[in-house]
Amino acid sequence: MNASYEWLREFTDFDLTPEQLRDVITSRAATVEEVISLRADLRDVVVGLVVEARPHPNSDHLWVTKVDAGMGELLDVVCGAPNVQAGSKYPFAPSGSTLPGGLKLERRKIRGETSNGMLCSARELALGTEHDGILTLHTDAAPGTPFLDAFPAGDTRFVVDVLPNRPDLLSHEGLAREISAYTGNDLHMPEHPGMSAAPAFEHGTSDGSTGGVRVSIDEPSACPLYTATVIRGVRIEQSPEWLANRLISIGLRPINNVVDATNYMLHGFGQPMHAFDLDRLRGPEIHVRNARPGERITTLDGVERKLDPTMTVIADADRAQAIAGVIGGSESAVSDATSNILLEVAVFDPRSVRSTRRALGTSTDASYRFERALDAHASAELARYAAALIISLAGGRVDGAPIAVGSPGPSPHQLSLRVSRVAKILGEHVSAPECMRLLGSVGFGVNSGENEMLRVTPPRWRSDVALEVDLIEEVARLRGYDSFSDQLRPFRVGSAPDSPAYVVTRRVTRALVEAGMMEVRPIPFVADAGEHGVRVLNPLAESEALLRTSALQTLARRVEHNFAHMTRNVRLFEVGVVFSRGPDDRIPVERTVTAAVISGDRSPAHFTDPRPAQMDIWDAKWIAETIVRSAFGQSGQSGPELQPNAARDGWDVVHDGSTIGTVGPIPVDAPVWAPPVFGIEIDLTAAFGIVPEPVVYRPLPVTPAAEFDLALLVPADVVAADVARVIRTNSGEMLESLVPFDEFRGAGVGDGYRSIAWRLTFRHPERTLRDKEIEGRRARILRALNEELGVRPRTT
Amino acid sequence: MNELTLQAFEHFVGRFGTEVDTRLREARTAEDVEAIRVEYLGRANGKLTDYQKQIPTFSGEERKLAGQQFNAVKKLIEGRLAETLTELSRVTRLSVPDVDLTMPSRSQFRGAEHPVTVVIEEIVEIFREIGFTVATGPEAETEWYNFTALNFPPDHPAMDMHDTMYLAEDVVLRTHTSPVQIRSLQAGPPPIRVVIPGNVYRLDPFDASHAPMFAQIEGLAVDEGISFVDLKATLTHFATRFFGATRTRFRPSYFPFTEPSAEMDVECRLCKGSGCPACKGTGWMEILGSGMVHPNVLDAAGVDSEKYTGWAFGMGPARIALQRYGIPDIRVLYDSEMRFLGQVAR
Ligand SMILES: [Zn+2]
Repeated sequence: MNASYEWLREFTDFDLTPEQLRDVITSRAATVEEVISLRADLRDVVVGLVVEARPHPNSDHLWVTKVDAGMGELLDVVCGAPNVQAGSKYPFAPSGSTLPGGLKLERRKIRGETSNGMLCSARELALGTEHDGILTLHTDAAPGTPFLDAFPAGDTRFVVDVLPNRPDLLSHEGLAREISAYTGNDLHMPEHPGMSAAPAFEHGTSDGSTGGVRVSIDEPSACPLYTATVIRGVRIEQSPEWLANRLISIGLRPINNVVDATNYMLHGFGQPMHAFDLDRLRGPEIHVRNARPGERITTLDGVERKLDPTMTVIADADRAQAIAGVIGGSESAVSDATSNILLEVAVFDPRSVRSTRRALGTSTDASYRFERALDAHASAELARYAAALIISLAGGRVDGAPIAVGSPGPSPHQLSLRVSRVAKILGEHVSAPECMRLLGSVGFGVNSGENEMLRVTPPRWRSDVALEVDLIEEVARLRGYDSFSDQLRPFRVGSAPDSPAYVVTRRVTRALVEAGMMEVRPIPFVADAGEHGVRVLNPLAESEALLRTSALQTLARRVEHNFAHMTRNVRLFEVGVVFSRGPDDRIPVERTVTAAVISGDRSPAHFTDPRPAQMDIWDAKWIAETIVRSAFGQSGQSGPELQPNAARDGWDVVHDGSTIGTVGPIPVDAPVWAPPVFGIEIDLTAAFGIVPEPVVYRPLPVTPAAEFDLALLVPADVVAADVARVIRTNSGEMLESLVPFDEFRGAGVGDGYRSIAWRLTFRHPERTLRDKEIEGRRARILRALNEELGVRPRTT
Repeated sequence: MNELTLQAFEHFVGRFGTEVDTRLREARTAEDVEAIRVEYLGRANGKLTDYQKQIPTFSGEERKLAGQQFNAVKKLIEGRLAETLTELSRVTRLSVPDVDLTMPSRSQFRGAEHPVTVVIEEIVEIFREIGFTVATGPEAETEWYNFTALNFPPDHPAMDMHDTMYLAEDVVLRTHTSPVQIRSLQAGPPPIRVVIPGNVYRLDPFDASHAPMFAQIEGLAVDEGISFVDLKATLTHFATRFFGATRTRFRPSYFPFTEPSAEMDVECRLCKGSGCPACKGTGWMEILGSGMVHPNVLDAAGVDSEKYTGWAFGMGPARIALQRYGIPDIRVLYDSEMRFLGQVAR
């Protein structure tokens, strides 16, 4: 909603600067998002005091003056105005500034005398046509004060963010009502020259006629009230300056006196109106009816629109002439040739207007207000006012008694307001008399009932107020939110535990960050999600019409994005949601997963190591183990396992017999220089609720360890895990650690074999192990390996 | 020197060990080390040497123990002296001209949380301190949870504030985290004090200031006797903790699920309230929306709205992240570029 400072003053007096007015409206009613001075072109002009004026030595009509413009030194200025006088103040545009119309002032010599700017006339400042001389300012403002602060030049526009609950603020009258509640000054109808009262209305139920036009409402549910006023003998002309300025001040373009008058009514009072050229209406008749299948209309904006029977139109005897509550038709629009008009002031059903404008894909100032419901009880009175305004602007006379068909509907219900409930919600006691005063200031009718209970009747324009709590909000905002305390009071703490999804997400996030990974939060839409994908019914684009079934799919695209920017070292992870079709095809199944991708160097290059090793599947395995450990806890006994999956050169993450994740190389669209990319994705759902086992201290050993290495020849079909298992079973309790520290294929190792070197560390908790004990174990292990797996020690 | 008890002897002798250790840390040259050696182990008047003369004053087992203690300390000191000399010679060796110490260090790759996560966690931390826990909920929701239970009037302009992506006729991608308010109210009786971080979806084209998915965090406090004063107090406390000492302002707003509704602004940090382009000349920055929980919402969730009252707030951590890092385009937060993530990593 755009509002003009001057327009608001038509409705109520106030002594507030635009900035003060902004704060009043913002703190009490609706947020003013912007305050725009409409004379920004005068922003360079300041108040200048002429200290000295003497005749120009080389001219008989010029003056050479010294001007104080608040710059700390007097400026030489040449002036040609006869009325320049030492000791007076004038608007001064210093050199370097730009005047309205685009003239840029430079320092220059005029007949040999330097001039550092210009003392300005009203015309030069585009403040009027007078050019008898420069504009004398009768002001106390100090030299150098911005001209606009000292002289009431130009209007100010307020851009107000009116929220859906306050349609009453979508007009100057509505905003002025809030201002008047603040200042205490009264709210009144604007007065314009030449206005005299128009005739009163006759009322009909569903049809009637006025000035020779028959009016009928076929669809009362879509149009509860329709008023028509016939005015004959109008002259279509340009609007007078005051009216044109009102519309320009809120960003509208003046068109002609009749159309401008209807726009003035819309923005002044919030009531949309439409004027038809009566001679273009066949019949002449007005029917409020549903559009016919396939019916078409060319609207005021020049667009031909196809209508359907869900839409309501205003039609003549033949065809649609306007789309109800949205936009008029061009055929019957007021033009220069118009001499008789029918002024429509109606109330259309909010839902019906809403569905029509959505179907048409167009929103207008009118539809915006109808959708939010307006004060139907004011419509007939406003129609009278508008008729008087139009006649004052365009002449003519009302033909016959104007007619109002239908009814404005019920008035708002009376509500009860408990003073105790006000205190309960707001936290501070607001007395009954204060509640009455506050509500009364914006038009609520308030009677005091028994037991601190108030009976409140909302004003007709506040259909949003329907509950006690709505009244409490009114009390709070009118008293001022800032008037309430902000001291913390005692409270009870929340007892619900943290959400398990959040707890696991945090554990995994912290662990992966420690592992050097970068967290990302990408958009989860994809172009293709396989047979289980969930489709957005109204997607932004077909390329992002589906919700992902895998987070790795998203991260693969992010890797490509990094490669495209020549970044080869990539380590990204995300903890997010994936979606798949639900059993009833309605609510999707959501699972929280973590996905990670790694590619490139294992460590930053350094001059001591210019080509660091590249990450490979073993790094991926570590990331996967990090995720599993952080999500499921340290024990590892009941947690998921990484099971080799030769088909993917990686692993499946298996938990309780089902696969919850994958680890391995992933395909990406990569440039030739790109290193291989590895991906990990693990479903975290099974970890929800798992509390990691507490870590228990084990005394650090005081006895020495005994180590020995085994170089083993392992047949191709035997895996390291089997070798490790056999070693463990035959080592006894004193085996402290078992690490395969080298793997080798080739020379010296027979075909079908590889050599794996293991380091075994034994320790007795209380004493030093004897060589004999170690030797015995080595022999037992080698025997078992040979018998069970065909694994033999490697002899050089 | 007086005759000492064995206990005193051991104490004094033992103390020289730590004393020498401390002194040696300050030694910078071999000369320094030699001076310390003479001071303690000097043949004449060495501090430790003096105690050697005490040993014969003990008898039997005590003399043996005193001797052992003396020798142990002497050996320790000699060892530290030798080590220090070695260390000093190593430093000297490093200073030879063929090692250029201006070359860069050997670094490690670092990880980091996403800037939006960092902001969310800071917010969660502040609310944890005042008795809140964390709740979450699904991202695909029924219309009932997303709109109806939150008092959205059907087919009303209030719905225009939420351009919604539909998955089925009555299933949406949640347009705000507020459905979790309903779930929290349903889950247990008050007192309820939760903060709710999560992703939400809007049918907004992806451009410099809009994204079809973004993070939101909201909070809900419901109990007997909770009022608008508690809302103001708690959110002002939050603003003070999060933004540092600064002024706040509450102004009327509208959300279907709260009443009274209020927008909270904090003083613009760029202009300190005097007005600048960043705050459109108002001197204030809009931070969050809030309000007293609408009785219809409590009733929809099965909570007695006459007995219990509450307040809620919601805010966008991405916007705070953009402000904090001076990022002009929200898409940067979604691009997942290592270059960006490394830049903002703490
Ligand atoms: Zn600012």
